[in-house]
Amino acid sequence: MDTETAFFETPPQLVAVGQPLSRVDGRAKVTGAAKYSAEYNHLPGLVHAVVKTSDVAKGRVTSIDASAAQREPGVLAILTHQNLPKPAKTAETKEGQEAIGMAVQMTFMPLQSDQVFYAGQPVAIVVADTLEHAQHAAAKLRVTVTPEAPVASYQDPKAKLFNPGGKPDADAEGTKRRGKAAAAFAAAPAQVTATYTHATNHHNPMEPSATIAHWEAADRLTVYDATQGVSWQQRALSGYLGLPQDQVRVITKYLGGGFGCKGPIWPHSVLTVLTAKAVGRPVKLVLTRPQMFTSVGHREDQEQTLRLGATKEGKLLALLHEKTSTTSQWDDYAESNSKMMGMLYQCPAFEATTKLARANVMTPTWMRAPGEAPGSFALESSMDDLAYQLGIDPVQIRLRNYADKDPSTGKPWSSKSLKECYERGAELFGWSKRNPKNGLTRDGKYLVGWGMATATYPVNNSQGNARVRLYADGHAVVQVAATDLGTGTYTVITQVAADCLGLAPDKVRFELGDSVLPTTNISGGSMGAGTFASSVYTAAQDLWQKLTKMAVMDAKSPLFRAKPADVAVVKGRLQLKANPSKGEEFAALMKRGNMTDVEGFGQGKYGAGYETGLATGPAKSDDAGKEDGGGHAMHAFGAHFCEVRVDPELGTIRVTKWVSVVAGGRILNPKTARSQVIGGATMGIGAALMEQTVRDPNLARYTNANLADYHVPVNADIPDLTVEFIDEHDPYVNALGVKGIGEIAIVGTAAAVGNAIFHATGRRLRDLPMTPNKVLAAMSQPV
Amino acid sequence: MNNFSYTQATAAKEATGRLKDQPQAAYIAGGTTLLDMMKANLTEPPQLVDINLLPFKGIEQTKDGLRIGAMERMNAVGENPLVKSQYPAVSESLLLAASPQLRNMASIGGNILQRTRCGYFRDEAFPCNKRVPGSGCPALTGDNHNLAVLGVSDTCIANAYPGDLSVVLAALDAVLTLENAKGKQRQVPVTEFYLLPGKTPEKENVLEPGELIVAVTIPAAAHAQRSTYLKVRERSSYAYALASAAVGLDVQGGTIRSARVALGGVGAQPWRSREAEKALVGQPATEATFKAAAAAALQGAQPRKENAYKVELAQNTLVRALQQVAGV
Repeated sequence: MDTETAFFETPPQLVAVGQPLSRVDGRAKVTGAAKYSAEYNHLPGLVHAVVKTSDVAKGRVTSIDASAAQREPGVLAILTHQNLPKPAKTAETKEGQEAIGMAVQMTFMPLQSDQVFYAGQPVAIVVADTLEHAQHAAAKLRVTVTPEAPVASYQDPKAKLFNPGGKPDADAEGTKRRGKAAAAFAAAPAQVTATYTHATNHHNPMEPSATIAHWEAADRLTVYDATQGVSWQQRALSGYLGLPQDQVRVITKYLGGGFGCKGPIWPHSVLTVLTAKAVGRPVKLVLTRPQMFTSVGHREDQEQTLRLGATKEGKLLALLHEKTSTTSQWDDYAESNSKMMGMLYQCPAFEATTKLARANVMTPTWMRAPGEAPGSFALESSMDDLAYQLGIDPVQIRLRNYADKDPSTGKPWSSKSLKECYERGAELFGWSKRNPKNGLTRDGKYLVGWGMATATYPVNNSQGNARVRLYADGHAVVQVAATDLGTGTYTVITQVAADCLGLAPDKVRFELGDSVLPTTNISGGSMGAGTFASSVYTAAQDLWQKLTKMAVMDAKSPLFRAKPADVAVVKGRLQLKANPSKGEEFAALMKRGNMTDVEGFGQGKYGAGYETGLATGPAKSDDAGKEDGGGHAMHAFGAHFCEVRVDPELGTIRVTKWVSVVAGGRILNPKTARSQVIGGATMGIGAALMEQTVRDPNLARYTNANLADYHVPVNADIPDLTVEFIDEHDPYVNALGVKGIGEIAIVGTAAAVGNAIFHATGRRLRDLPMTPNKVLAAMSQPV
Repeated sequence: MNNFSYTQATAAKEATGRLKDQPQAAYIAGGTTLLDMMKANLTEPPQLVDINLLPFKGIEQTKDGLRIGAMERMNAVGENPLVKSQYPAVSESLLLAASPQLRNMASIGGNILQRTRCGYFRDEAFPCNKRVPGSGCPALTGDNHNLAVLGVSDTCIANAYPGDLSVVLAALDAVLTLENAKGKQRQVPVTEFYLLPGKTPEKENVLEPGELIVAVTIPAAAHAQRSTYLKVRERSSYAYALASAAVGLDVQGGTIRSARVALGGVGAQPWRSREAEKALVGQPATEATFKAAAAAALQGAQPRKENAYKVELAQNTLVRALQQVAGV
């Protein structure tokens, strides 16, 4: 144990880490060599499945006419609730949920009965020898659903609101309190009360979800699945199927984006596996783009009312938050907006209440910064209101409420460089030249405005395993059952492994995306880089310990009979701490021992901190995301600064200048990290200005489930974004000091845009997205 | 998508003959609208007749004006120097549409025939009077935020033509040359080509079965040379217009001698506004005049809950376009 402690006290010499290494998988991607989940076409006898979905949002399947479809060429099977093999368990029971694990988000499994609960719910699966045959036969298949009147959303007059409090579901929190918020608000000299809405949003990764299921034996399954977490998916499928986990293998070598929608397991993956069982051949299912809107969750439509009470000097006295949102018929899911509200600013009294309405929609899910993204829109817009009301600069009012400890737990921060983010962001943007009055800057037809907002996201890194195999010839293979969403995981973990092993990055091959590799968590919640990096680091330490033990017992080694604790490893050389000239290269040691290679195995430390992890030992991987295990509150922070040009007559808004400064712990690779922040800010500008999925208020079916009518930003919408990082060393978060930056950049983005619009026009837009119709309506109102 | 046969025609007669034999067949040029609709099972032609080899080509100045062959591609016309200098609104409307990839495929004839983006029309799961006559129109009380306010009926409020080019064609008095199965050609002004929905929203234009668009001719005029197309949309590119305006003005000594105005995005068809033109001609080219014209253009608008904003937006768009052209 003493040797282990000594090793942990010795950080690796960082050479590759921190360098802007280009993506190690870039060449494979641009040449087409990278294989995505739908591209394993070599499997013997591979056939194609197409899902037939319900047109209506509520009803019962009252007739199925497969006669015409059956006659189509190439058709192998038409599966409905009447003849699809049943899963061993579903998440509808508690026992099933335990077996299936963290990956389950929607407990309902379609095709188990005649009931239809949402538009787009699978009602049949058609299997044929080619995709075209399957599509054609599916069009000929008649499944009649006798419709009933659906509930479309929380706004539907038929909707019944309820408080989900008291249930163990961590996603929908009921009511949280500290202090006496209502009384403090009522007595506050300055008050801001406002209601915000957020449209339904969909993740829309470039790669649609896809599953290929291959039963290699009656009880042995391999699945090529577009998932953010092969280990989670493996466990979930083993639960659904009643198979031992090791008899299910899940492979995801490349992923074309996920943003959360490929984190959970969804029915299409399970149904593909059951279909493959039914037809006795490998089956491929690729969701169509319209099906991507009704199969893999969404960010729920929601309304937030926020009340801020403050002193005349702008110091917060009370914060009351109410959220109402739409969920499915079965699950109490609501993204947790109040989490960031309770911790971002020093405020003695706080109360947050969540209300839900059941509607005929599928269960919503995590979408990039679930909770923090919409929550920050409300909080940071209201903080801006407070600043104008009191005549205080928006940056100043945030500094006046700066939280030196986490107000929600009272714990000290593991590190916090938010002041530096404000300072550097303001400097890069030229904030000091801001006109304190709004609506005064014109450029021809345009009103020009500046706004800013704070960003934060928790450090969620968690338990995960890694294996490192170092060869005597000086190259290494590093393995984690991680996934790379396209964000750079292949690249940054290669850099980490290279430094931990004292090798050049091109001597390291990092393998991921296969559940036979060491189990780890999903790439989601911004925890991938921190978790994988820490487990690789500990695996490398394990490896060096083995070699150290060999050296001190090897009579031919210069380190013979040294105490292991006195030995350090510097760039692959084992040497005495006190006398570095005494030692040898690992290759010499291994060759003398006739070893071609040596392996190390590591477990990343639990998310409450590297320090606490050592003290308490590793926790179960299922405990990911819990923050209260350690002595510190752990968050990344950032600040966005935005300039907009508003055309007050045409209602169009253009973001013309943007600065994001992020303090996210150690930045493993500034190039891929910058891309992450650009992507997050772009997605946030999309949510601010254009993204919305519209559900028909009477039929509860989406009217724009395609990429022509669901608008995501195009290049012309996004200016040249300035991104910088604050150099931050956090000794608590994990072995490498990585906080994770996948989500923070979308947090606060919509508010920064809205605040800039307020500065430009004197009008506050509180309904996302801020489309031209809303700008015109606002402009017709008095300031 | 249904099974279909495919043939390629090299002459107009051959193409129209195919459709005479098989009235359910469809012509295919660039396919950028048709294939989308076939993939969504919105149309199921048993046969496609490829007309890409038909000699309906050329972008040339004739005695009647600018003649554009129906098989020319959007980008080729939009980038043509003659079009850019003499008919700037035509070029602008083409280059503000779709994406470069689509514009390289899509033909002028096909563009004129593109179908509505109404979400209820584009999804066979919904009722839609245009797609299935008599099935109903959920848009009336549903998601109508980008549907029409002018020329609509209580059976359909779709902007049947969602695009840009025909708005300019309607403004500039363009004439379509059509050819039927007998090889007979006729001339139809764009303003008379599209039909209002009335009680038959499924009938969108005056094309007879099998009739082909051969060419479009835009008369040369001072107001064509001094023309512009302004498009307002929810993102900067690759989006349909919420409202657009095609305007051409001949202003002399501060007085408007002739004016052409059409609106896009707000009408059941490309919306030529002779009322607006009347309010412009003979008047000084001032903001007050433009506002009066815009008010005249939207007279008779029938807004609904989600698209009511279009009345104001269309007026503001028209005023802005007129200001741009007049240089005031």
